[in-house]
Amino acid sequence: MSLLEIRNVSKRFGGLAASSDISFTIQKGEILGLIGPNGAGKTTLFNIVDGFYPPTKGQVLFKGQVISGLKPHQICKLGLARTFQVVKPLQRMSVLDNVIASAFLRAKNKAEAVEIAMETLRFTGLDEDQDVISRGLPLGKRKKLEIARALATGPELLLLDESFAGLNHSELNESIEIIKNIKARGITIMIIEHHMKVIMSISDRIVVINYGQKIAEGTPQEIRNNPLVVEAYLGE
Amino acid sequence: MKKYLPLIVLILLAVMPLAGLAGLLSSYILHMIILVIMWSVVGMAWNLLAGYCGQVSFGHAAFFGVGAYTAGILHSHLNLSPWWGIPASIVVVGLFSLLLGLIVLRLRGPFFALATLAMGEVMRISSENLDWLTGGNLGITLQRTWVDKTNYYYIILAIAVAAFLVVKYLMRSKIGYYFVAIREDQDAAESLGINTTLYKTIALCISGALTGVAGAFYTNYMGYIEPSVVFALHDISIVAIMTVMVGGVATFFGPFVGAIIMVLLAEVVRSIPYLGAAHLTFFGILLILIIIFLPNGIVGDFQKIKRIFGAGGAGK
Repeated sequence: MSLLEIRNVSKRFGGLAASSDISFTIQKGEILGLIGPNGAGKTTLFNIVDGFYPPTKGQVLFKGQVISGLKPHQICKLGLARTFQVVKPLQRMSVLDNVIASAFLRAKNKAEAVEIAMETLRFTGLDEDQDVISRGLPLGKRKKLEIARALATGPELLLLDESFAGLNHSELNESIEIIKNIKARGITIMIIEHHMKVIMSISDRIVVINYGQKIAEGTPQEIRNNPLVVEAYLGE
Repeated sequence: MKKYLPLIVLILLAVMPLAGLAGLLSSYILHMIILVIMWSVVGMAWNLLAGYCGQVSFGHAAFFGVGAYTAGILHSHLNLSPWWGIPASIVVVGLFSLLLGLIVLRLRGPFFALATLAMGEVMRISSENLDWLTGGNLGITLQRTWVDKTNYYYIILAIAVAAFLVVKYLMRSKIGYYFVAIREDQDAAESLGINTTLYKTIALCISGALTGVAGAFYTNYMGYIEPSVVFALHDISIVAIMTVMVGGVATFFGPFVGAIIMVLLAEVVRSIPYLGAAHLTFFGILLILIIIFLPNGIVGDFQKIKRIFGAGGAGK
């Protein structure tokens, strides 16, 4: 059984088809890259998977259970966490409090939540910034905070929405390292990314969407040589 | 020292009426202090919902009034002591808040604020017209239990201490983290597994119940209530907001500081000849000044105030 199954999902906003008839699966333990030109419908797909939008048609199954129609917090409780492309730190809370707030999902008491939060901050390299009010964090650290917060909810599947965008070279390498460590913990990852080098190097498989439709699926090598993908990115 | 400050203040408050026995404290001043403490309770309640959970209410008079009428109606219809209104109002206003929440918590931000504003007015007009229940515009009059104010003082002090402990306990627990997370970003909170609808409802019910208790106390203390007083938009709902805005939003002591200033300001302004009726104008001016110069209120911007007034003008 696949961990996540997206089954014929379509989403229409009025006359605009943001997603049409998309199907693919994610296996436990893999990193699945989701790529496509701007406006292809990648974030919309994330929003459908984690419950912010109900799909117009089709279903999303997580661990064999239909989750489309559930609310985001219910889906999170089942073990599916996400980050936002436009980061949403809880601005007037410290970095530590941000992560404590999400760690409470699995913690029985505050001491345990603090413990989970501290461990997560060390894991993502934010432990030195734990007392900083998150409004004052630079972008690179905000992106890390998004990941830390999602991790603290104890997910089995993590959806990362452009966690690398806007990072400088050293931040990029740190983040890649974090993603690899997350995978090593047995957490499955679906990641949206524009940075081709990164996505090609870390993904086990890649799904390409364009104009809301899936146009290709395969290993990074297959995707690189797929004429449809090259056309979508470079034009005819 | 700072750690013991709340305890010292509490002890001072507890022994203060002894000064009254010695003739140092007039009944008028005790009345003012009772009002300050009562407004602190309303302020703490509003602060919990709006300051911590981010759901700004313009209709706390609805809770205050329902609490006040709970006590009044227990007396006028069931012939019970209106003091039963204090425990009863926790239940009645709690349930009322739950029902209200089902309607208004679907809305966010300014739409929520407007819906609560409307709700306060709906309650006022309803209570004016439900003569069989509320006595309409004639209101409800009851015999006050004591002539002396000392007992009232201790009762409202106990309520305030209880409210303070409830707020403090909540804000240290998981619920407090969830409230603030919802205030900061509702979508992010939802994606972190926080049932935002549930926790907003909890905030509304606790806030409503605390306000209702203050309302029930008001009935007992004043001995007379009418719709235009206990459901007043400007004298209850807006003052609740101002108490917290002036004192400091999302601070533990802001509601106390705000209550002292608001009660004093109202009394001082009302005693000025010709200008007394314009006390709301002064509230408005104060609010504008606070928003411009001390957006976090007196407690929230205390460091800033110290910088301006302290150290012999070392700053700019």
